[in-house]
Amino acid sequence: MQEFEPKIVAFVCNWCTYAGADLTGTSRIKYSANVKIIRFPCTGRIDFMILMKAFENGADGIIVSGCHPNDCHYSTGNFHARRRWIVFRNLLNFTGIDTERIQFSWVSAAEGFKWADVVNNTVKKIKEIGPYENYKKIAVSTLFNEEGASNE
Amino acid sequence: MEKELKILKYSDLPKLIERFRSQGFPVLAPVRKGKVVEIEQVQTIDEIALDVLLSTQSAKKAAFPKVEKVLDYTLAKSGVTQQPVDLDSFQETILFGVRPCDASGFKSLDAIFGEEPKDQFYLQKKAKSTIISFSCPVADEYCFCTSVGGGPGNTTGSDLQFTGISKDEILVEILTEKGTKLSALFADLLSVAGSGIDKSKFLADVKVVFDVDGVVKKTTASFNNAALWLDQSLRCIGCGACAFVCPTCACFDFQDEQNTKKGVRLRLWDSCGFSLFTLHTSGHNPREVQSQRWRQRILHKFAYMPEQLHVVGCEGCGRCSRACPVDMNIKEHLTSIGAIV
Amino acid sequence: MSELIKKVKALLNDKTINVFVGYEKGSADRIRACFARNEAQANKVFFDASCTQNLAGYLLKHEVKHFGKLGILANVAALRSIMQLASEFQIKDGEVYVLFANPDGTFVEFNDFHSIEAYLQTTDTGIKAEEQERIASLEAMSNNERWLFWNKEFEKCIKCYACRAACPMCYCHRCTTDVNQPQWIPVASHERGNLDYHLMRAMHLAGRCVNCGECATACPMDIPLNLLTYQLISPIKETFGATAGMKADATYALSTYKPDDKENFII
Repeated sequence: MQEFEPKIVAFVCNWCTYAGADLTGTSRIKYSANVKIIRFPCTGRIDFMILMKAFENGADGIIVSGCHPNDCHYSTGNFHARRRWIVFRNLLNFTGIDTERIQFSWVSAAEGFKWADVVNNTVKKIKEIGPYENYKKIAVSTLFNEEGASNE
Repeated sequence: MEKELKILKYSDLPKLIERFRSQGFPVLAPVRKGKVVEIEQVQTIDEIALDVLLSTQSAKKAAFPKVEKVLDYTLAKSGVTQQPVDLDSFQETILFGVRPCDASGFKSLDAIFGEEPKDQFYLQKKAKSTIISFSCPVADEYCFCTSVGGGPGNTTGSDLQFTGISKDEILVEILTEKGTKLSALFADLLSVAGSGIDKSKFLADVKVVFDVDGVVKKTTASFNNAALWLDQSLRCIGCGACAFVCPTCACFDFQDEQNTKKGVRLRLWDSCGFSLFTLHTSGHNPREVQSQRWRQRILHKFAYMPEQLHVVGCEGCGRCSRACPVDMNIKEHLTSIGAIV
Repeated sequence: MSELIKKVKALLNDKTINVFVGYEKGSADRIRACFARNEAQANKVFFDASCTQNLAGYLLKHEVKHFGKLGILANVAALRSIMQLASEFQIKDGEVYVLFANPDGTFVEFNDFHSIEAYLQTTDTGIKAEEQERIASLEAMSNNERWLFWNKEFEKCIKCYACRAACPMCYCHRCTTDVNQPQWIPVASHERGNLDYHLMRAMHLAGRCVNCGECATACPMDIPLNLLTYQLISPIKETFGATAGMKADATYALSTYKPDDKENFII
């Protein structure tokens, strides 16, 4: 049997983590190819519904990452985001959504190594937990008349 | 067809469900779920809540569900390919233990969906549903079926109707061809009904509270009576609970859901009570305020449907009033319209 | 009782208010909102312990506002709604005449927001013990059990939006649910559409919910929706020190921050 290759979606801010991921690449550090990066202006822009959309379209895990506190390009975007995540994680836990599958991190533009670690560790963890079966039962693709209508 | 009367034993009801199931027919019946009663697929008689007055939602979902796929499509560079839903794929279904107002509600839906262009999704599902209604031995103060031409033993829309006539026996009325066909499955359990059974003795007493023809005339004439509609609807909060539990409300909306490769078109319930229902793209809303939406709800059922489809769009089940979070009582409102001089 | 009616008539007569939002007896032992604008309507105004609906939502209803100066018979939940609405700039001090129905059967006039704030400090505004227990029993479940619990509850949802319509804090003219470009919430009332809708609603009420329970009371399908927002009240209080609907000039917990907000899950 083939090893389970999780689909991970990373929502990252333009100024720190995206630049950090870029540094990972230019530094020729290898990291797992399971992750698909989506760039946002700021973590403050990452609406909680965006995370739900990722699960609904077949993601097994999610990474949300931005500038360290006090380093936000817009001064306070990540502070607002942090509050939102604190509350949102509570709500997700309460509704039985697996918060283990969502990794939040601060990765600066200088932390190429950290980004590789965040991705690799998340992929490793999701591989252990397995595919997100609960959510796949209600995914968008369940409406379609044939199986395997993925959105890649 | 001439209706046939038979007697069935209560103790044989489990066998009935078993036989329907063994023929592969899905059986939809009222099921208790906490405080609400839903109409759902059942496997055995034990799941069915036969003693409840009414299910929270009506039986319309058997032919007009809250979410219904009407089209599959594939997106490619070359264009869109459509795969229509196979109308023959709908299963023969039995609606069991619903009330006469549920069964007669389908008459209004038949009129709406039967208009040209005919709605095949509804009509095919309806054609494949056989309705076994149970007449009502009790009613509550929200019931007013007798005021809109129905009644606790009304057989309109039912294929078979069951009436409990003693602790052990049920009077079975075989009303339609479909009913005859289905009753053949349990003909051995039926015995001949003696003449002179007075069904009305076993029915609830539902008082007539208004004259429906008068209400139809007066609602039509009250279109411009803004004060009337405002007074009635000040407490209305504009949700869709009334429309969604209603056996005759038939408004719907279409929505596509898709990813980059595939998609589906869904038909979904909608309600004239929502402010968005009539909102134009321009931003203009011809029904600006809730009182106008409330007027639409009443006029649609008591003016437009009688005029255009020759049916009153209300069965008097009172579900809307029971479900309403702010106690908008349709029986009371219609009575007050009927009392206008 | 006659005292309340007398009071309402006096308020209407001396033009302090144009309409009084109170309670009247409804159908089948139910209580419902009434909107007294004249003596005859004022005669129907009624109050006893069964009058629990939070009437504050009506203060923002277009057709009610249209009458002019509003008066309201408020319970504790309505007082808190008024505070929260004030903090969100939906009601100004002095704009609404507030008659508070004391649980002991007396009526108290609140002339300004300050006196409402002072009263709220002295009274119990918490979640009922029974609801606390329900939340605790859900929290004691495994993640998967909770998922199944809510799946079963949301399955019943018909998206009539009674919860939204009944909520005094859901006053947006264009709710996120109604926006279709981009369409965040599927309109369909299927499992995903229902889950998305209720998560969105709970999140948009986090830090704003005044635990009046109108959403759950309104639900025709008997879904315990109030638990979703109630559950967030204590973490928000503990982490950010904020409670909704206590002060007219409060800042919404999720539109502000502290540089040292504590969390334990960001690496």
